[in-house]
Amino acid sequence: MESMLGVVVAKYNYWLYVVLMMIGFYAMIGKRNLVKKLLGMNIFQTAIILFFVSMGAKRGGGIPILDKEAALAGAVKVAEVVNPLPHVLMLTAIVVSVSVTGVALAVLQRIYKEYGTLEEDEILDKIGRS
Amino acid sequence: MIWQLDLLILLMVVICAIATITIRDLLGAAIVFGAYSFLLCLLWAEMGAVDVAFTEATVGAGISTILFIAAIFRTTRRSKD
Repeated sequence: MESMLGVVVAKYNYWLYVVLMMIGFYAMIGKRNLVKKLLGMNIFQTAIILFFVSMGAKRGGGIPILDKEAALAGAVKVAEVVNPLPHVLMLTAIVVSVSVTGVALAVLQRIYKEYGTLEEDEILDKIGRS
Repeated sequence: MIWQLDLLILLMVVICAIATITIRDLLGAAIVFGAYSFLLCLLWAEMGAVDVAFTEATVGAGISTILFIAAIFRTTRRSKD
């Protein structure tokens, strides 16, 4: 039982990522304002990006930039640098999340021009499907 | 990776996330979201992911916040929840 507690405490960052992800999920489902929903979606995405990047982190690991002479002379000590593969994958995810935000905000402006409000229930009232 | 610093920044990130979804003024929520993004950038720099950190600082904290503020000025600041 004590080792179980040790595992829970040692991976504290994963639990906090789950909390962040659920905050974003609540904002996407529970909030009525469309901008609030979009902010929640952004929080959700960044929680997942945080999870992936932290999987590549190592205790005592340096940044993944190698000295050229040392790398050519011998083998690279992989235990001393953090894993750069999740970083590269998540770089793409950050750019995708910003483009999604841009397109969603453009759609929101169009909705505001059409209905004069950004509240979900007022829009549903106006299109007669409350 | 210093775990005290890691835990401190993570707690501030969670507080900023809760503040973002509770503030009723949308402009204030967008500004707090910018602070949230920059705290994430600090977290990644501290984890050793420097490339992700500077992409988040420019694209996430910079452009994303500006897009939100521009859209809020063109629509409305009012929010019911």
